[in-house]
Amino acid sequence: MSDTSAGTTVDGRSGGPTAGPSSPGPVLEIESVQRTFVGKRRSVNALGPVTFSVDEGTFVSIVGPSGCGKSTLLKIMYGVVPATDGTVRYRGRDVRGHGSDFGMVFQAPVLLPWRSNLKNVMLPLEVLKRSNAAGEARARELLDMVGLADFADHRPSELSGGMQQRVAICRALVHDPDVLLLDEPFGALDAMTREQLNDDLLTIWSETGKTVVFVTHDISEAVYLSDRVLVMSARPGTVRDDIAIDQQRPRGLETRRHPAFEDYGIRIRTELGLAHDAGH
Amino acid sequence: MTAAGGALRRLGSKWKAFVFLALLILAWEGYTEWGHTQRFVLPPPTSVWSYLIHNPGLFWHHSLITLREVLTAFVISVSLGVVLAGLIERFKVVEETLLPLLVVTQVVPTIAIAPLLVLLLGFGSAPKIAVAVLISFFPIVINTFTGLRSVDEDLVLLSKGLGAGRLQYLWKIALPTALPYILAGARLAITLSIIGAVIGEFVVSNAGLGFLILQGSAQLTPEQMVAALVVLAIIGILLFNAVRLIEYFATPWAFDRQGRPRYE
Repeated sequence: MSDTSAGTTVDGRSGGPTAGPSSPGPVLEIESVQRTFVGKRRSVNALGPVTFSVDEGTFVSIVGPSGCGKSTLLKIMYGVVPATDGTVRYRGRDVRGHGSDFGMVFQAPVLLPWRSNLKNVMLPLEVLKRSNAAGEARARELLDMVGLADFADHRPSELSGGMQQRVAICRALVHDPDVLLLDEPFGALDAMTREQLNDDLLTIWSETGKTVVFVTHDISEAVYLSDRVLVMSARPGTVRDDIAIDQQRPRGLETRRHPAFEDYGIRIRTELGLAHDAGH
Repeated sequence: MTAAGGALRRLGSKWKAFVFLALLILAWEGYTEWGHTQRFVLPPPTSVWSYLIHNPGLFWHHSLITLREVLTAFVISVSLGVVLAGLIERFKVVEETLLPLLVVTQVVPTIAIAPLLVLLLGFGSAPKIAVAVLISFFPIVINTFTGLRSVDEDLVLLSKGLGAGRLQYLWKIALPTALPYILAGARLAITLSIIGAVIGEFVVSNAGLGFLILQGSAQLTPEQMVAALVVLAIIGILLFNAVRLIEYFATPWAFDRQGRPRYE
């Protein structure tokens, strides 16, 4: 662990914003999004108002304490949970009804136990009525990319948790969506599997050029993966900080060893109220 | 190894139960031989057996009648139960209207409703089937409902996000999820159907194994009573295991490699 002397700021190598593989312009615009739960006696504001946008091809993480509404925010962005107030626009249009432009990965793999892994990956194609030989070829290609080609015709119950989550990532990518949304996808995995899947995800991202929104409560994971980290406050969650992670890609051990890596973590912990001075 | 193979092995593992049963039958034989009971109170197993093999046509005839009632009731129960559960799960108004009434049908002892059903449906097989349906459809409703509701919330969101229609959701996600639950309900329903059919036959009938038991009692031929009971037990075991076998083949994912159910 490197020494983090006071005063060190973000390593300012390149002045530009985030480095995305294709054309600029926000893919997602989240504007004053709020979510309120109406109870019998009083209503609880669970989220927001939140405003930010996500640029094409960038990897954006959202970190925040449990219960800050970051998962709800992601589901609002997916268009399956309504916002009480505010709008989410996907390429300038209302996000609802654009679910097939998104790929979604949840904390649990939620695979269908009666289907083979290949058939699980193909589920979105079937629902979208795009299931054909080319689709199957693509599903197999994706399974191959995550190292599960040999397990295509096995059932999910024959796989470990980490392997199941890989199948879930393939399922999210099979219909070639524009945006990949991940809701604490590696939260239930052990640390080693998680690091492995972090690198797998980065490989997939750099090979496909998708825009990624990644919700996590793991600070180093967020810094390691992202171009940009949004730090959310406790309930009702709002964006407290928007940090550009100016680190070289591809990421690897060098990234973790870099002094700035620590600094980002400390900045985020401070924002979350987690950093306590030990007294000197 | 297949789940069905596991099932066969598990049957083999029941040998201790068979040995114990054999010992019980031996003890019973000994008791009727040397104890102070009378033949028309408790017949020895050997005379039950000889009664059974000397009247094969009688038992065959009445077994088929009961079996037909049981299977008809079972098919009605499963179809009715699944459809009802689907409606209850889908429509709040059906849940609020029907569910309390369904519970009422289960608190009233079925045997108390049976005479009324005979009055309504006459003396044929219809009231027996009705009693059997009444007693056996409820576990199907509850299990199917539980199964449909057990779909993971995230899967519901996923299908919503992909724009899946109601039928797609039902066919690709909800029904397969519910299938192991439905079949577990069916396993309960098949034995309950037998109970229902026999209750129906007890109330009024001139055919079926329930009738043979009553007739045996009235005519002081306990061999006939016990033999009919034995046949009923055999039918019950066969039907129960038939449903088990359907479970193994229809929902192999619901069992682990040893053939043990995952969801029980």
